[in-house]
Amino acid sequence: MVIDKLQLVWSSLPNLLEGALVTIKLTIAGLGLGIILGLPLAFGQIYGNYLIRGLVSVYERVLRSIPLLVILFLIFYGFPNAGIKFSPFIAAVLGIGLRSAAYQSQIYRGAIQSVSGTQMKAALSLGMNRVQAFIYIILPQAVRIAIPPFANEAAIVLKDTSLAYALGVIELLRHGSYIIATTFEPMTIYLTIAAIYFIMTVTINTILGKLEERMKIPGIGVEGGSR
Amino acid sequence: MSKKEILRIVDLHKSFGDNEVLKGISLSLKQGETKVVIGTSGTGKSTMLNNINMLIPPDKGHIYLEDVDVTTTHDISRIRQQIGFVFQDFGLFDHLTAKGNIMIGLTKVKKMKKSEAEELAMFELERVGLQDFADSYPAQLSGGQKQRVGIARALAMQPKLILFDEPTSALDPELIGEVLTVMRDLAREGMTMLIVTHEMGFAKSVSDEIIFMENGKIVEQGPPEQLFNNPREERTKEFLFKLNELYGEGGA
Amino acid sequence: MADFFQLFMDSFPALMDGLGVTIMLTVISIILGTVLGIFLSLGKVYGSKIVSGVITVFIELIRGTPLLAQLFILYFGLPPYGIRLPALAVALIGFTINSGCYQAEYLRGSIQSVSSGQIRAALSIGMTKWQGIRYIVLPQALRRVIPSWTNEFIYLLKYTSLAYIIGAPEMMTQAKFIASRNYEFFKVYLIVALIYLVIVLFFTQLFKWLENKVKIPGFEYIR
Ligand SMILES: Nc1ncnc2c1ncn2[C@@H]1O[C@H](COP(=O)(O)OP(=O)(O)O)[C@@H](O)[C@H]1O
Ligand SMILES: [Mg+2]
Repeated sequence: MVIDKLQLVWSSLPNLLEGALVTIKLTIAGLGLGIILGLPLAFGQIYGNYLIRGLVSVYERVLRSIPLLVILFLIFYGFPNAGIKFSPFIAAVLGIGLRSAAYQSQIYRGAIQSVSGTQMKAALSLGMNRVQAFIYIILPQAVRIAIPPFANEAAIVLKDTSLAYALGVIELLRHGSYIIATTFEPMTIYLTIAAIYFIMTVTINTILGKLEERMKIPGIGVEGGSR
Repeated sequence: MSKKEILRIVDLHKSFGDNEVLKGISLSLKQGETKVVIGTSGTGKSTMLNNINMLIPPDKGHIYLEDVDVTTTHDISRIRQQIGFVFQDFGLFDHLTAKGNIMIGLTKVKKMKKSEAEELAMFELERVGLQDFADSYPAQLSGGQKQRVGIARALAMQPKLILFDEPTSALDPELIGEVLTVMRDLAREGMTMLIVTHEMGFAKSVSDEIIFMENGKIVEQGPPEQLFNNPREERTKEFLFKLNELYGEGGA
Repeated sequence: MADFFQLFMDSFPALMDGLGVTIMLTVISIILGTVLGIFLSLGKVYGSKIVSGVITVFIELIRGTPLLAQLFILYFGLPPYGIRLPALAVALIGFTINSGCYQAEYLRGSIQSVSSGQIRAALSIGMTKWQGIRYIVLPQALRRVIPSWTNEFIYLLKYTSLAYIIGAPEMMTQAKFIASRNYEFFKVYLIVALIYLVIVLFFTQLFKWLENKVKIPGFEYIR
């Protein structure tokens, strides 16, 4: 009995790992889009005029208030009504990335702003210009502050790529349901899938935790993130 | 006029909104002079220091560093390299070691070679007695040590003038002495310094002149013996009396 | 614009039915999740090594896997073992467990931030350890955890949309139903998005207001 199940897990593994690869691609693409959009959003929020700041906060508010599933459906099922058609994968990346950008923007803004004002003043007093002060003084500190919440966001994005299932993206869960359709072993397969997800989230946290450890400034503790 | 004039401030004004903080400040410093600014808090002492290197631009008036008008220069970076600034809360870069804090201005602003910058950084650290802490990060240093690194960082830029904004106010009493000692040595070596401080003992023994500020104006300035023992203005007397009650005659 | 408004009016009643289910799902699971979270956090902080270890593993497993996978395990995984639950019940159970684990972690942090001196003070007036936890530590910890709790509520409100995927009749399900008849997917989902936006903003403001109302000196928190 147990042997049967283990055998099933073993024989499904290649397929599931193929799905996991798609999940990883979704995660990296979604996070990447989130970084590309989130950084300018954060800069706009900090250094922009009131119009830009207003637009950025509206963007953040809206994207953080609407469930990811609704965003995904709007893009995948809704946009074709307006003549814009995306493949399920692209739609998923867009939805995940656009939403992650809203959260990441907050992370970066918080990190930059938490570097104290005296640091900028001290840099200027040495004769640095604002760009130099930002690059050599503010940024290195902000990056360190941003790592734990970024790790948190990365884990959320990874888990939320499962919603791409609903668009028909053949990711980890979808691969699982295909296997179940022929083996009728939903519990075993879904538990295996859960285990794969778990390993992936632990891996993300470990890698970013290592990075945080390596960049740690002696004497300064860094607090962890939340959900 | 035996010595060269390093700093001259003429009729400096600054308001924050409706709050007129500086109401026409004029003073000057010659090469090698140490002047101490005293006055109650909120009087505009920090604002004045920040005006001098344009961290806060003044509304009106002129500031000359030797012959250059700081308020109209197009290359403020050049000016700032020549004016050291020591902050009340140290202003050390938390992600850099003591040595790194000193080197960053040398390599990035003065474009000095790394090896040269390192040599100079070590020299300045030794000058403030911290050669053994070169690789410590700010969070690993005591307040007094941090401030000495702050001073070493300012010194390394080889400034014509150093501004100190209450350099010992954030320190525990037992750590104040080590910072004042470094500053006293600098004065003796002929560094030009403008110091805002409440350490009256230090002010008396080190400064060439005391400047008493109140409500955005200079009320009185003069040599320490005269200002402390024979103040001309009633306001100065009151201030010194209050200070005595608060801190006693002491100081370092 | 006019026909968008017409569509809005036509679909509104059905969507409101869905919204009712969405809010019911959220409220019930957050309450049950809070209860679960309290037990899990207490067990983790004050339980024996084994209890604490088991709880830690459970919490980490739940937090390390997608909510959707958890719903699938309950909805598709259990029937072969003779446990066949309706989608709505699965959603409730899934959300409760998931939220309970997140809340347990917030609460644990909060419990540990209540100083150990408080427990000692409780013992010194003759309370037992459990009395100290019940009457001294927990009331303080619960107050401190309020901001995380309201965040969790908003998260859950949005994530209840996942119940749609297993076919529970919440707002998304209604939306899909309407859209598949009139093919106005964009407009219908836009309306759903607007409704969520309004509801989330409403609850956010409500919680802000409530937090100000129940503020206790010394328990001001930074958002
Ligand atoms: N950036 C600022 N914006 C508005 N008001 C300021 C600012 N900096 C200082 N002030 C005001 O200017 C006055 C003088 O401040 P400051 O120069 O710091 O005094 P001091 O250093 O003598 O204690 C105070 O009333 C203070 O509130
Ligand atoms: Mg001041």
